Amino acid sequence: MKYNLFAACLVLLGIGACTDQHTTRQQLDGFIYCSEGSPGSFNPQMDTSGTTADATAHQIYDRLIEFDPHTNKLEPALAESWAISSDGLTYTFQLRKKVSFHQTSYFTPSRYFNADDVIFSIDRWRLDDHPYHRVSGGVYPYFVSLGLTSIVASVERINGYRIEIKLTRPDSSFLANLATDFAVILSAEYAQQLLDDGHPEQIDQLPIGTGPFVFESYRKGRYIRYHKNENYWHHEVSINQLIFDITPASSTRLAKLLTGECDAIAFPAYPDLNIIKSRANLQVDEKPGLNVGFWAFNTQVEPFNNPLVRKALAMAIDKDTLINTVYSDSAVRARSLLPPTSWAYQASAKDSSYNPVLARELLDEAGIPEGFTFDIWALPIERAYNPNARKMAELIKGYLKQVGVNVNVVSYEWSTFRQRLREGKHDTVLIGWNADNADPDNFYRPLLSCAAIASGTNRSNWCNEEYDSLIDQALLYSEPEVRSLFYQMANTILSDEMPLVPIAHAYRYQAYQNRLKNFDINPFGGIKLGDVEKVR
Amino acid sequence: MIAYLLRRLNLFVVTIFVVTLATFALNYLFPGDTLENLSGISSHQTAEYNQIVQYHGFDHNIVYQYGMYLQHLWKGDWGISSSSGNDIVEEIKLVLPATLELSVYAMVLSLFIGIPFGFWAGLRHRRPIDLGILSASVLGYSIPVFWLALLLILFFALQLGWLPMSGRISLLYDIPHYSGFILIDILKSDIPNKQDALSNAIRHMILPTLSIALVTATIVIRITRRSVADVMQSDYIRAALARGLTRPQVFWRHGLRNTLLPILPQLVLQFTTLLTNAMIVEVIFSWPGIGNWLMQAVYVQDFPAIRGGVLAVSIVVIIFTLLMDIVLRVINPLKNRDIHGTI
Repeated sequence: MKYNLFAACLVLLGIGACTDQHTTRQQLDGFIYCSEGSPGSFNPQMDTSGTTADATAHQIYDRLIEFDPHTNKLEPALAESWAISSDGLTYTFQLRKKVSFHQTSYFTPSRYFNADDVIFSIDRWRLDDHPYHRVSGGVYPYFVSLGLTSIVASVERINGYRIEIKLTRPDSSFLANLATDFAVILSAEYAQQLLDDGHPEQIDQLPIGTGPFVFESYRKGRYIRYHKNENYWHHEVSINQLIFDITPASSTRLAKLLTGECDAIAFPAYPDLNIIKSRANLQVDEKPGLNVGFWAFNTQVEPFNNPLVRKALAMAIDKDTLINTVYSDSAVRARSLLPPTSWAYQASAKDSSYNPVLARELLDEAGIPEGFTFDIWALPIERAYNPNARKMAELIKGYLKQVGVNVNVVSYEWSTFRQRLREGKHDTVLIGWNADNADPDNFYRPLLSCAAIASGTNRSNWCNEEYDSLIDQALLYSEPEVRSLFYQMANTILSDEMPLVPIAHAYRYQAYQNRLKNFDINPFGGIKLGDVEKVR
Repeated sequence: MIAYLLRRLNLFVVTIFVVTLATFALNYLFPGDTLENLSGISSHQTAEYNQIVQYHGFDHNIVYQYGMYLQHLWKGDWGISSSSGNDIVEEIKLVLPATLELSVYAMVLSLFIGIPFGFWAGLRHRRPIDLGILSASVLGYSIPVFWLALLLILFFALQLGWLPMSGRISLLYDIPHYSGFILIDILKSDIPNKQDALSNAIRHMILPTLSIALVTATIVIRITRRSVADVMQSDYIRAALARGLTRPQVFWRHGLRNTLLPILPQLVLQFTTLLTNAMIVEVIFSWPGIGNWLMQAVYVQDFPAIRGGVLAVSIVVIIFTLLMDIVLRVINPLKNRDIHGTI
């Protein structure tokens, strides 16, 4: 008897092993994306983190207009066409008809998408007294950091499918901002239903959008489950199921890609790229990213309020070695904030050069004694713009030792880290920025403008009126050549003041099974999975 | 028998009482606000805060607080996870069956590996085959379970690509939660391709089950071997052999039962060790069980969840041990003449 059972058990094990390469119909239709973390919210208006944008922005939602990832040009989405008045203050959008919102177990739309939804989506972040403004924390970091709340004067309905947005001043980056991950269109009807039911906070937890995938279920730290939107207005969605398998360890993500449990993974680690490239069934794509990794000084803390100290420290480190060691040839040296792919990139921008002797002289001049000690906060997670901030911090520590300055490398768990950064408790920090759209304003404003201090994206806590007025003026013109001039002047201020040391612009990588088609890198922000196809 | 059962029940109640006391103490011993550790709610709005204070009896002395704690536990209100905001009992209901499922399969598999090999070694006591099996089992026993799990992944998942390395089933199969035991849930569900789902689930199960079972099997082998060797050298076996019975006859008629009965309690005790191993292995295979869940809770310092998880695992172990005690007594009334409780 016992042996019979033992044999039965062996047979059972055998069945499992025999069916290994057997690909079922269901597996072909489903797409498993192994992501690096749990989203903070299902509404990208509320969170600027890349994890949230990846999981939600292009999967659940659409925007009025989109960036074409290949040409970087704006193209129509929920708005079929748009017009800008000659004074640059009035934007009119003609909306697409017969676009339906998702139908789910918790919401059944009774009407198509129309002007009310656009007005609701914009007014939610724009108006303090909007019934939804305070829901789920009421923080809209992207819009606040760009000052959009004060730029938009009114959003009005002309008819059911036409809206008019009035601005308080011309802003040539306004359209680009409407095309970012964060400017999603929510359903006003769903919001009203939730308000009537007394659960308005569910709008950010059980999302409803018009995008290619419909939310099904989510378990924090485990998975997000989406299924295809049968009525997607834009194109036929070929994947029946989309699953985010939340796998924080990059080594586990790699292993699951190798075993075929993931179809694609987020943030393949740099040392692993060669392993992935050596497998015939896997594919690695790379593209110069719209990002910048930098070392920011908290300019509201002594002695980093002195530009001399900041310039001296910038001179004390050898950026080329940092880039070779930390990014292993997968990044280009940063001269200023903008990467070379941006149209406003200035190849002649003044870059700091490695000169420890001069650095020590400047430190002496600023009255910094030998043995001065400060903290470098190193980003605790991998980001494209800085894959290993701890290692970089240790290298910088070595360089600064040569000029007689001691460094403590500090790190916290990611959410605590961001919390304390926002409170300005750091001396200096190694962090970076991933652009949300192709406009240069998306680098200059959120990183270093005075308004961005309050919204927590200005890691240097640096405020310079001349700089602010230059980047404001740049927005008054729509000609790229004119705008570039303003950004060049801003670059000069930055190299004189050195509120942060730009280090590198990293390439973006994407690793996936090569039976996936149309899986393109979106250079701005979140991944787009709506077009992906899986072939045999 | 009734007196025996009552004593057992008494012991059960006392033990559970001690566990609740210990977990209640944890709320005070964890860093941070005691009330927040207890309820999982961090509220600084006065009205809501007062309500929580009252609900948990924090406006009274500590004895009263403990009384309230017991009352809430009894009602099934174990607090709210501070990281996910979900009810802890609900979360445990989702994860505990996964651990039990893994442990039960591993236990069964380890018995099927361990007992035959133990007999083989015991019957060939001090011959080369015995020494071979014994050395292998000592070697196996010295391998830490997490290392074995990683080796299995490296070989079967990464090198050969035969088996998956994480989870219970591919996430593409959306199996509705019914009992929490994945195989039962698949059979109960009405998904289109049940066969595929079943084989997928079994493939996911092989490596974690094997890593736990192998470690436990080594202990089972040694326990069985010792018992078989002792029995086969005893007088009644020799007498039977002297009367002219063949060795197989002696073994099947006199050896087998006498060998197994005394070691059953020892084998059953291995289950608690196995449960610990299962919780470690879960983390490596991303198995969505209570071990994995507790590790996440520790990582994000979700104290209510840690407390709830510890309590749930303790209760499972206590209930299991007591049930097995009773079952063993029914099977073998000669044993446990002593009616004093042990655990």
